[in-house]
Amino acid sequence: MAVSVAAKARDVVGQNVHKVDGPALVCGKPLFTLDMDVPGALVGKILHSPHAHAMIEAIDTSAAEAIPGVACILHFGNVPRIPHTTAGQGWPEPSPYDTVLFDRKVRYVGDRVAAVAATSEEAADEALRKIRVEYKVLPAVLSVDEALAPGAPVIHDEPDAEGIYDAQRNIAAAVDIPVGDVDRALAESPVTAEATCEIPYLQHTPIEPHCVIAYFDEDGRLVIRTSTQVPFHVRRIVARVLALPMSRIRVVKPRIGGGFGAKQEIILEPVAGALALRTGRPVRIAYTREEEFVASRTRHPMRVTVKLGAGRDGTLRAIDMEALSNTGAYGTHSLTVLSNVGSKTLPLYNKARHLRFHGKAVYTNLPVAGAYRGYGATQGYFALEVAMDILAEKLGLDPLELRQRNHIRVGETSPIFEKIGEGREGKAQIVRSCALPECLRIGAERIGWKRNRGRRRREGPWAYGVGMACAMQGSGITGIDMGAATIVMNEDGSFRLLVGATDLGTGSDTVLAQIAAEALGVSVDKVLVYSSDTDFTPFDVGAYASSTTYVSGLAVLKAAEDVRRQILDVAAAALEEAPEDLELSQGAVRSVRSGRAVTLADVGHRATYVVDQHQIAATASCVAPESPPPFAAFFCEVAVDTETGLVRVERFVAVADCGVAIHPKQAEGQLEGAVVQGIGHALYEEMLFSGRGRCVNPSFFDYKIPSALDVPEVEAILVPSEEPTGPFGAKSIAEVGINGPLPAISNAIYDAVGIRLTRAPFTPERVLSALRSRTG
Amino acid sequence: MKIYFELNGVPQYPEVEPGESLLQLLRRLGMKSVKEGCGTGDCGACTVLVDGRAVRSCIAFAARAQGKRIITLEGLGTVNDPHPLQEAFLDAGAVQCGFCTPGMILVAYELLSRHPDPTPEEVRTAIVGNLCRCTGYRKIVDAVMLAAEWKREGRWR
Ligand code: FES
Ligand code: FES
Repeated sequence: MAVSVAAKARDVVGQNVHKVDGPALVCGKPLFTLDMDVPGALVGKILHSPHAHAMIEAIDTSAAEAIPGVACILHFGNVPRIPHTTAGQGWPEPSPYDTVLFDRKVRYVGDRVAAVAATSEEAADEALRKIRVEYKVLPAVLSVDEALAPGAPVIHDEPDAEGIYDAQRNIAAAVDIPVGDVDRALAESPVTAEATCEIPYLQHTPIEPHCVIAYFDEDGRLVIRTSTQVPFHVRRIVARVLALPMSRIRVVKPRIGGGFGAKQEIILEPVAGALALRTGRPVRIAYTREEEFVASRTRHPMRVTVKLGAGRDGTLRAIDMEALSNTGAYGTHSLTVLSNVGSKTLPLYNKARHLRFHGKAVYTNLPVAGAYRGYGATQGYFALEVAMDILAEKLGLDPLELRQRNHIRVGETSPIFEKIGEGREGKAQIVRSCALPECLRIGAERIGWKRNRGRRRREGPWAYGVGMACAMQGSGITGIDMGAATIVMNEDGSFRLLVGATDLGTGSDTVLAQIAAEALGVSVDKVLVYSSDTDFTPFDVGAYASSTTYVSGLAVLKAAEDVRRQILDVAAAALEEAPEDLELSQGAVRSVRSGRAVTLADVGHRATYVVDQHQIAATASCVAPESPPPFAAFFCEVAVDTETGLVRVERFVAVADCGVAIHPKQAEGQLEGAVVQGIGHALYEEMLFSGRGRCVNPSFFDYKIPSALDVPEVEAILVPSEEPTGPFGAKSIAEVGINGPLPAISNAIYDAVGIRLTRAPFTPERVLSALRSRTG
Repeated sequence: MKIYFELNGVPQYPEVEPGESLLQLLRRLGMKSVKEGCGTGDCGACTVLVDGRAVRSCIAFAARAQGKRIITLEGLGTVNDPHPLQEAFLDAGAVQCGFCTPGMILVAYELLSRHPDPTPEEVRTAIVGNLCRCTGYRKIVDAVMLAAEWKREGRWR
């Protein structure tokens, strides 16, 4: 589907314009959720469970309620029980309804027991201390293996849960998708390789923790101002949980301080809403950093095993991938993250004809896993790309060449696209753009692959090595994700662009403004963007699944083309020429025949005040027609201190094909940021738990994310391709970058010192013990 | 307790609560650029300049402001007249979500007032206590280098 305007030279697309929200952000304007002072707002706080698994026998709030300033305390005894999922996904929701606002049973240390609203922080804190809860402690399940053991305690034994795969066995979701006969193909492959890789509990750590303000507007409607990636899903789920008509709720997303998937969850909004409704007063809730770690969401910890079978020439014949996912106490995103482990990885090596993806997502009495950038693909690529490295060695083939022989190319497809979708079947698609060959070539050159690999360079205790990995992702969820946009022309020839799409710091407001500006022949400052407000912007699923540039971008383009036609009609009347002879660019409509022109300001003025008066405007929607994958190749050089086990990433080159980058600098920024998060996953990050399931390192002091000195200057290189279905040739970039660092660094460590690190993070202790067991 | 200090050049005489943090005080006075990312001194989002030195306001008592000159991001420039550092952050694409940005810019401001010609490594060292989860730091370093260049060219006020 080539777009008519796409073929022309581009004035705005591809330009590094200032972010539309940038000036206000660099000046510290009060743009974020909690920057708004709501007079009379109560402070909301949550009482978290101290036990991993327990029944509440009794709860006594009388002492807490007697504290001056305490307005309301909610708990299972005074709030209706409405099973729902906190996953902010489209309808019908693929995640099980296994959560209620407050339950009699608590399922992890940090689970919600009660919520307090008070006139001051101090009163709220004191109330939390004075709520008396009697627990009957139950045996807890603190690992997936324990959860699956026969006779294990059942975590979700409530009768009203829906959509759990097998509650009695603690299995939230299960998937088994065979293509061909993988067992036979593996048995008959002359060369095989296998890797099992494991990822621990990882937290997104947006620098702004979850926060929300709920208040009432002049008409008594509930307004929820919240740090979310999914305002429209917030509205739908809050309406369900609070049993309010959707029309009584308005959700506003202001600027938000990062999300990375953590804010694709509806956690605080219904609590704040319930407290506000009960008290009739505004309520604000702000998670502390500790709460953000323990009681928001995490990446799904996972153990993934990949078995590869290949011919002696290095052509893959079979890939068997098995994932065991820990979804924690609730099953939010359990099925879809699990499915993505296979669906976003296996198509990359489509030369393999026999495939199987199977796995389970299992409940445990640990924090709740949810969406996290990469969404399962990150876990899958870790194992897949380490297995590819092992296979290359067995074949005596350069790992780079092994990838080159097997990766998918333009015009090709994979049965996986059709077999695995978003918790159901997917849709067949052909890859229409793929610059992975170029990405591989450029990356290898930049890192000096041929020169540096297998050299085992040493300098004192430091051993150097290089490693690589490839990855793809998607651009939205085919046939499910819908985004819409409205464009309204102002009488001075500027435009208002209203989108439900949600900019979480990614720069999507800017990208969408660029798409509109390009199609309307104006500069970006002529497009005023208003986004993410359920009262004023059209629907959009929100920011997840790398969808915004592609799906919402296509909606914006469609709306802009409609508006453009309307402008040409007005201009045609004004110039007394045929619309076909007119061209819109640089703020004016010109006749290619006579050379006469009218400015957009003239057009806007004419339509508003002069002749045939009407509002020039259009609304358009787009449902993801396909999900074109962005591709990336990752190369890194590491130094391993053989005495201490310390690993340093010396250089990291990430080369990505995101189609046409609408805003190259922002696209690079996405890639750089994702890679650095991935380096954090590989080297530092891990939530640790006590024997009773309590997280022992819920702070930036103890859970280390990369600082400016921990990471090298990531070389992010964009290799353009032209995605024919995308807006101006674009596809996504937000997630793909996080899939590379884990395997690339593991493979580089192998190149440096000959040990395979398969359990993240690669801490000095783990590296040392692997070094010792190799020599010992 | 009533204290006196200068906030972005304007005298202030606020009443402060015992135990109130400087972060709480400044936000209460309308300086919403002062962000709370952790409240424990570990992320740098709450950084402000106290007599020209970068201070984490979440772990400083409000009373510490007594007699001091405090600068928050609001005091550097405005949307219509941004400070070159603010301009440089825009040009370099150093802002993603922007939540770490106030702290980053103020730490950079302190660095460049001491040391107008830093190496990228020195910039990284200066911002080591300011966490950014979005950018991977590269473009933040670029921005500070760009602002330093402008400063040496005399383009700062
Ligand atoms: S909020 Fe002060 S250092 Fe994090
Ligand atoms: S830009 Fe988001 S934390 Fe730095």
